[in-house]
Amino acid sequence: MRPEMRVAAKACVLVLALVESACGASGVLDPHGPIGGAERTILFDATAIMLAVVVPVILATGVFAWWFRAGNRKARRDLEWSYSGRIEFVVWAIPALVVLFLGGIAWIGSHDLDPRAPLHASSAPIEVEVVSLDWKWLFIYPDLGIASVNRLVAPVGTPLHFRLTSAGVMNSFFIPQLGSQIYTMAGMATELNLQADDQGIFAGLSAQFSGDGFSDMRFDVAAVTPQAFAQWVDETRAHGGSLGPKEYTELTRPTSKDAPRTFAAVSPKLFEAILATPGAAPGENSK
Amino acid sequence: MFGKLSLAAIPWDQPIPLITSVFIVVLLAALLALVTYKGWWPYLWREWLTSTDHKRIGVMYVVLALVMLIRGFSDAIMMRSQLAVAAGTAAGYLPPEHYNQIFSAHGTIMIFFVAMTFVIGLMNFVVPLQLGVRDVAFPVLNSVSFWLTAAGVLLVNVSLVIGEFARTGWLAYPPLSELAYSPGVGVDYYLWSLQISGLGTLLAGINFTTTILKLRAPGMSYSRMPIFCWTALASNLLIVAAFPILTATFAMLLLDRYLGFHFFTNDGGGNPMMYINLIWAWGHPEVYILILPAFGVFSEVIATFSGKSLFGHRSMVVATMAICMLSFLVWLHHFFTMGAGANVNAFFGIMTMIIAVPTGVKVFNWLFTLYGGEVRFTAPVYWSLGFMVTFVLGGMTGVLMAIPPADFVLHNSLFLVAHFHNVIIGGVVFGLMAGYTYWFPKAFGFTLDERLGKASFWCWFIGFYLAFMPLYLLGLMGATRRMQHYTNLSWQPLMWVAFAGALVIFAGLAFTIAQLVYSIKTRHRRRDKTGDPWNGRTLEWSTASPPPPWNFTVLPQVSGIDEFWRMKHGDNKTAPPAAPPAIHVPRPSPLGFLSAFCAVMFGFASIWHIWWLAILGLLGAIALLLRHSWQMNTEMQVSAEEIAEFEPPHKAQPG
Repeated sequence: MRPEMRVAAKACVLVLALVESACGASGVLDPHGPIGGAERTILFDATAIMLAVVVPVILATGVFAWWFRAGNRKARRDLEWSYSGRIEFVVWAIPALVVLFLGGIAWIGSHDLDPRAPLHASSAPIEVEVVSLDWKWLFIYPDLGIASVNRLVAPVGTPLHFRLTSAGVMNSFFIPQLGSQIYTMAGMATELNLQADDQGIFAGLSAQFSGDGFSDMRFDVAAVTPQAFAQWVDETRAHGGSLGPKEYTELTRPTSKDAPRTFAAVSPKLFEAILATPGAAPGENSK
Repeated sequence: MFGKLSLAAIPWDQPIPLITSVFIVVLLAALLALVTYKGWWPYLWREWLTSTDHKRIGVMYVVLALVMLIRGFSDAIMMRSQLAVAAGTAAGYLPPEHYNQIFSAHGTIMIFFVAMTFVIGLMNFVVPLQLGVRDVAFPVLNSVSFWLTAAGVLLVNVSLVIGEFARTGWLAYPPLSELAYSPGVGVDYYLWSLQISGLGTLLAGINFTTTILKLRAPGMSYSRMPIFCWTALASNLLIVAAFPILTATFAMLLLDRYLGFHFFTNDGGGNPMMYINLIWAWGHPEVYILILPAFGVFSEVIATFSGKSLFGHRSMVVATMAICMLSFLVWLHHFFTMGAGANVNAFFGIMTMIIAVPTGVKVFNWLFTLYGGEVRFTAPVYWSLGFMVTFVLGGMTGVLMAIPPADFVLHNSLFLVAHFHNVIIGGVVFGLMAGYTYWFPKAFGFTLDERLGKASFWCWFIGFYLAFMPLYLLGLMGATRRMQHYTNLSWQPLMWVAFAGALVIFAGLAFTIAQLVYSIKTRHRRRDKTGDPWNGRTLEWSTASPPPPWNFTVLPQVSGIDEFWRMKHGDNKTAPPAAPPAIHVPRPSPLGFLSAFCAVMFGFASIWHIWWLAILGLLGAIALLLRHSWQMNTEMQVSAEEIAEFEPPHKAQPG
């Protein structure tokens, strides 16, 4: 092999390794739930449909320009040619057909994967109320009367129904390996349905810039067996502190990198109270 | 007396902005000293600062854009180097409060003060020449537009030295940008600089719309108008329709911040979603304001260097105007994740895809323009081919994100960042560079060096792929935008690749500067005496390079598409009028410069709550406008000797 060929080969191996790491490592291409799985399928299908047009166009650009280069004697030129009704028809038709296909995917996908649409499952969903704070996440399990900060525990194979709001600025609640993200906005509740099918720890984050502590606004999602989940609920009820108005006000103070913790007794209707009066204690983004 | 302003506003404790500020201040002082020492002020004042010549104004716009490109690029290098090192437990060298200013400034500067400014500069220079007219509809207004843009630029750069810039991202979403969460002056710098420059842009839009609709050479019907003028028309119609939305939105946020209103606050019945809708109702047309003229440039370049007329001229016009209309019907795709219903999301997703149809048609038409042509591989052609290859990829990822459920996992990720840089670098920047290289000889009478131009292209092209393909992958890996650091160490190798890419692009920028310097040095041997160095097809090539202040001694009579090509080939059967009538050109006017001075005074004073100075600035601007309104004598006649002195490069060949 010539030296430059060897360099090129090495470069290819490196690129493939990097691409491989992208597809393997804990991103949206490695989903662990039905929503994330369906969204990955849409990503692949839509990309494949478009590549069918995009790749020929890229090749044609190179081939046309090179073949018709000034000085190529073999090229047959027609410098007066600038209109052809048939070609015009085809060039309008090709993208229109592609969009027809993709439009179908978009329409069906939007309805099937509407964040508000309940998931089909045998078990009843677990309700989770999510509050984004500066700069941490509060998860309230209203039916279980418990809450946690910066750590979401969920049983595998059970749908999760989230209601989300913000205590101050906008954030976006996102667990890449489970699928769809949704904004959290003060005074409003958004909804999201997700499910984890496999056990594991998945990364969660805010995907909407929210100020100085934004980069650390991360949380772990622990997807555990139903038995382990029940055990966690019991332990939380037994050991966690209570979350009343005083503790909540404490939580609204801007902090970052908060260690996960749990609360055993959550004052009922806390989420509704936050919805009604958001920004009661706004965080400072001052210098 | 000085409102919120005190010596504490200067970032004494932050070495990076402090050293940069000192450097810039010293550089500016040196420049001013040089101009004073050489006695260039009268010339500068007479010929440039007060010029109402669209060509001079166009050149000044482009120079401003290039300077700001360097500023915006420095921000980019800092961001990429920060993210290359700030992995795992490392915090990097830029703390969040500084890093957040950098990405906000990068976006704001690159869109408003590089891309917009460059695009308007090219339109300024080219449109009247292509239309075969002597100037724009409102030459003094044109100068005002430019200087208001420059005022905005000045304010943004002042924020580096005095106070801080916004830390809210380039669109300053509330409630983060409200007083409760951003009490500093950063957001005020952002708002006032964009209000002032936005006014300039709106005036430019009105000016160019009027120029294209009302001032065309005799015989130039819409169907004979060059495609760059069509794209400029579409772009300016969008400016006229969209920029008032931006101004109104910012005005509401200003009222919230200054007078305690509740348009977008969390309390008092405010609704931040309204801001997000409004800002994108401007923001989406904005991307087409940028890309449509770039499409126009590629159309001109590909046709000229293929030696052929543009394939499907009419179809291009239809596609351009279709994009112009549709661009107002897609804004919601910027926030599918806000919780709108499935029907709403699906509608906006499909509308977004429909825009891809006319865009796709354009790409095919360029392909068929190449087909059967005689393609000369000059630097503008390199940029154009690089664009065609790169842009279709960016278009593809854009359509991908137009599918709402796909956007649910890609929104706000580095995949999105890669996508819009793919279309803005691969589309707008490549287009601007192509246009810059293509029309430079028309502006200055000598060509730019080809080899350095091609070196610049290869650096931008390769650098772009190195810098942004990793970001596509990182986005798929779950990396989100605007992170100041990250814990996932498996992202770091790709971050280093992206940083390397940014350095390669930096080399491209350096080659562009080197090309300019070298070409100026060797200008004597690269003079173009013909006025038509590329064997061009449209009217701008029919006049001298650089054109006289009056552009055309005899206004061309237009009889078809590619009029200059027809002239050269004896297809123009209309006889040109014999002797030129008296030629009038607009007088220079200090209105633009002085009113921008007042605007800076007003903006700066408002940012720092120095109310007496704000009132002074406002009154000054009003007084200047009133004074100008009574100015009757705005034109001057060009003397016959001056015209005779000017050797026309081409005698139009009468048929």
